[in-house]
Amino acid sequence: MISGFNSQACESVKRPMEQIQLTGIRKSYGKETAVQNLDLTVNSGDFLTILGPSGCGKTTTLRAIAGLEEPDEGEIQFGERIIFSRKQGVIIPPENRNVGFIFQSYALWPHMTVEQNITLALKEKKLRRTEVESRLKKALEMVQMEPYRKRYPSELSGGQQQRVAVSRLIALQSTILLMDEPLSNLDAKLRTEMRTELKRLHRELEATTVYVTHDQTEALTLSDIVVVMDRGLVMQWGTPYEIYHHPKNLFVAEFIGDQRVNCFKGTISHQNGQVTLDCGKLILPLNQDLPSNSGKVVATVRPESIEVSNQEKKGWLKVNLSSVQPTGANTILQGSLEENEITLLQPGFIRKGIDEPIWINFNADSFNYFDEETERNLIIRSTV
Amino acid sequence: MKSNSLVPGESTQVFSRANLTYYIYRLVNRPELLIGFFCLLILSFLVLTPLLEIIRDSLSIQSYDLAYRPNAEIGDFTLFHFERVFTGKLSNALFLKPLLNSLAIGVCVTLIGVSVGTLLAWLIVRTNIRFKEIFGILAVVPYMMPSWVLALAWLSIFKNDRIGGSEGMITFFFGIQPPNWVSYGFFPIVICLSLHYYAYGYLLMSGALASVDSELEEAGSICGMNRRQIMWRITVPLLLPALGSAIVLTFIRILGTFGTPALLGLPVRFFTFSTQIYASLNARNSGDAYVLALVLIVLAITCIWINNRVLGVRKSFVTMTGKGFRSREIKLGPWCWPATMCVFLFLAATVFLPLMILLWESLIFTPGDYNFTNLTMEYWIGDGSIDEVYGEPGVFLSDGILSSLWNSCKLGLMAAFFNGIIGLMVGYAVVRGRGTLLSKWLEGIAFAPYIFPSIAFGAIYIGMFSTSWGPIPALYGTFAILVLITVVKNLPFTSRTGISAMLQIDKSLEETARVQGIGWLKRMFRIIVPLSFSGLVSGMLLTFITAMRELSLIILLISPSNMVLTGLIFNYNEQDMTQHSGAVTLLLTLIIIAGSVMARTISGGFALSTLKNG
Repeated sequence: MISGFNSQACESVKRPMEQIQLTGIRKSYGKETAVQNLDLTVNSGDFLTILGPSGCGKTTTLRAIAGLEEPDEGEIQFGERIIFSRKQGVIIPPENRNVGFIFQSYALWPHMTVEQNITLALKEKKLRRTEVESRLKKALEMVQMEPYRKRYPSELSGGQQQRVAVSRLIALQSTILLMDEPLSNLDAKLRTEMRTELKRLHRELEATTVYVTHDQTEALTLSDIVVVMDRGLVMQWGTPYEIYHHPKNLFVAEFIGDQRVNCFKGTISHQNGQVTLDCGKLILPLNQDLPSNSGKVVATVRPESIEVSNQEKKGWLKVNLSSVQPTGANTILQGSLEENEITLLQPGFIRKGIDEPIWINFNADSFNYFDEETERNLIIRSTV
Repeated sequence: MKSNSLVPGESTQVFSRANLTYYIYRLVNRPELLIGFFCLLILSFLVLTPLLEIIRDSLSIQSYDLAYRPNAEIGDFTLFHFERVFTGKLSNALFLKPLLNSLAIGVCVTLIGVSVGTLLAWLIVRTNIRFKEIFGILAVVPYMMPSWVLALAWLSIFKNDRIGGSEGMITFFFGIQPPNWVSYGFFPIVICLSLHYYAYGYLLMSGALASVDSELEEAGSICGMNRRQIMWRITVPLLLPALGSAIVLTFIRILGTFGTPALLGLPVRFFTFSTQIYASLNARNSGDAYVLALVLIVLAITCIWINNRVLGVRKSFVTMTGKGFRSREIKLGPWCWPATMCVFLFLAATVFLPLMILLWESLIFTPGDYNFTNLTMEYWIGDGSIDEVYGEPGVFLSDGILSSLWNSCKLGLMAAFFNGIIGLMVGYAVVRGRGTLLSKWLEGIAFAPYIFPSIAFGAIYIGMFSTSWGPIPALYGTFAILVLITVVKNLPFTSRTGISAMLQIDKSLEETARVQGIGWLKRMFRIIVPLSFSGLVSGMLLTFITAMRELSLIILLISPSNMVLTGLIFNYNEQDMTQHSGAVTLLLTLIIIAGSVMARTISGGFALSTLKNG
């Protein structure tokens, strides 16, 4: 139709796994910038999660990959194939990109049965009837939904609808899967279940997957690589372990983690060969090698990395509790340490009154240190 | 490659090939923009050109004016019409009196109609009154009847000897002549219009009442408010936006209404704005008529503007609690049966009584003689061979009536069909393009026909299509112009149904099809159309009803070659052929009701819900 459109794109039914590469993607809506100069590579077969608060540009990025949004700048490649390039004027429409996309709402067509929902696109591709039937059968089998093929979406539960959306995606045999918060409409238990299923699905299909979520548990459990975004910028890019334990900046440190990370503001002082963090009344002993010129510092430590004791021990610090919240397997303890709020996470169901104090001990290795102004991690580790 | 100092980089060249493909793609990639642009272009022509035309014609010399300005030439600029209408010797009769009549009728009818409608809506929606379902349906029937059915019935009862011809039932049975103010003019016009337009108030208010969450009221009583405080501090403010639009929409409609004021006012030379426009146009004095039409348009715009200014911000109240609310029934206690009785009597008087009177009227051999011995079927199945029937064959044998009937049905169906398609396209373009200027303009222009009072709109279309317009031939006197004007006049409703239908279809339902490789046409036919079907059908039904019973809009445009039932009834009545007008009106009403029942069975009970949107 128009030069630059790739008419062969829709023929790619069975392709080898593909790498996705985004270079210099920028997108703004009016004055608001959704994505700023984003570079991103998803290796073929990887499960990559884009994680961030709402409005961080993660969904825009995903939609740009699918072709549902056109970036203002930049280039997108699937393998060797350029599917979008502002410079070269190449734009392959979403119809011809052959990606699988799961929407937050599942986007099942309410007026069609499960079967019709799955086969509409296959019939549109003019596949032979036997082929359509076998793909439908296999796709339904994979999500254990064969008994429901004649049902309408409204007759299915949320979890079942989700499965239908997944099987529709399976039947299309796309080599790239894009998922936009697919679990956020499910209740907690079902979410855990579907998470396991999605992981299994990814392994079986061996498809390159980009998963968008604001739920960091999903990101940590599912992904090979996690990309943390905020305000249109990539904050960090790494394995779940790196993201959790070595956040590159304060934003990532605070955003990741079920319980909020503990923050202490202070200044580093080197005295008598001892490195300490001076936070007013609270002096935290630290044995890390930090740049000696670092001025104001924010130290963070995860609630579960702090040792807790019911008895007073030498060198341990006293915490006055303000709340004890057992969640079943764990217990969240909140209290004050001098003038600082502190959150602790202990395994087990702790039954304890808030009038009894506890004592804690910091393990210096579990701290991360950030420059208060730039919010960057002061210790640079090589990533990935 | 050597870089050119004038062109720093490829990406800054606005007209580079890459940029061009980029922009073309962006347009092709968003079909809603193309559709929206296309719709905007056509609608602007159909809605804005008429406005410009009438302004131009009202400011230039017309052939009629040559008698007063022999030296001028047709088309010359002049303030002659404005002077004559606003300051001239005739101003009082031409402008001031009709204006005051129209305003007085508008205010009275709006007050009575909206109050009655609101009361009825409250009784049916919020209380434990009996026979709710039946009342709910009956209350909408006046909406399906032509507004002047009541006027015809009124004449049958109260006609006096003032203008000759047969006399009404009162004279026949009691031997008294009803005074003029009862038979004709202001009083009967207000009564008849009120008994018709309460249906609009009912439709708008019952929708609003049904969507007020009882929890909001219960929250008030938990805070220690008494019933009166809850009513005035919570319920009424929540209903204000709906009440405001009910008042404004009813008022504007009444300003433009023609049938009732013509039937009940013209015989005693009681003019309203709409009948004055009609009279001026009939006298070929289009300049004056257009000035009057402009005044009506300005009035309508002012009303809408005031409504938006006063209540605009609160518009979102009612829709905010669209989900998961429940409504608590108010127990009427000992008042339950009396209230049920009153509602029944009222609905019987507005729905059944006029139809029965018209039926009776159509069965009378000699007009004015209501004895049972005077009954005949001559006007239904006679061949027209006897003198008393004016040589007109009965309804079922008359070629004129049957062809008008066919024309009416054709008009209703065609208008409904085109309106459905346009409503769908406008809805699609507006909703998918949300946030763009195009979407905003399109929505605005689709609403614009509302501000043209029907009679004025008809007047404009005569002027506009009396000569050929580029590729469009002169449409005056053709059937096409009736379809065109009906479609355009109904745009505000159909585009609204289209928009609300489209708003219910999540964007992702279409996007998921896109990503799966399904093309635009297929997406439209397999996803968008089926999902919006029920909304579309009810929008089309609304157009069908309106088109079938429309008189004000098309009275100026019909001629023997494109006669429809409503025009025929008006003609019969002018010629004092009461049997024929009664019979044809009855026929028309029954067809409309049958049509809407049929459409409702096909598409399941949503017809009512869209009538509410109108």
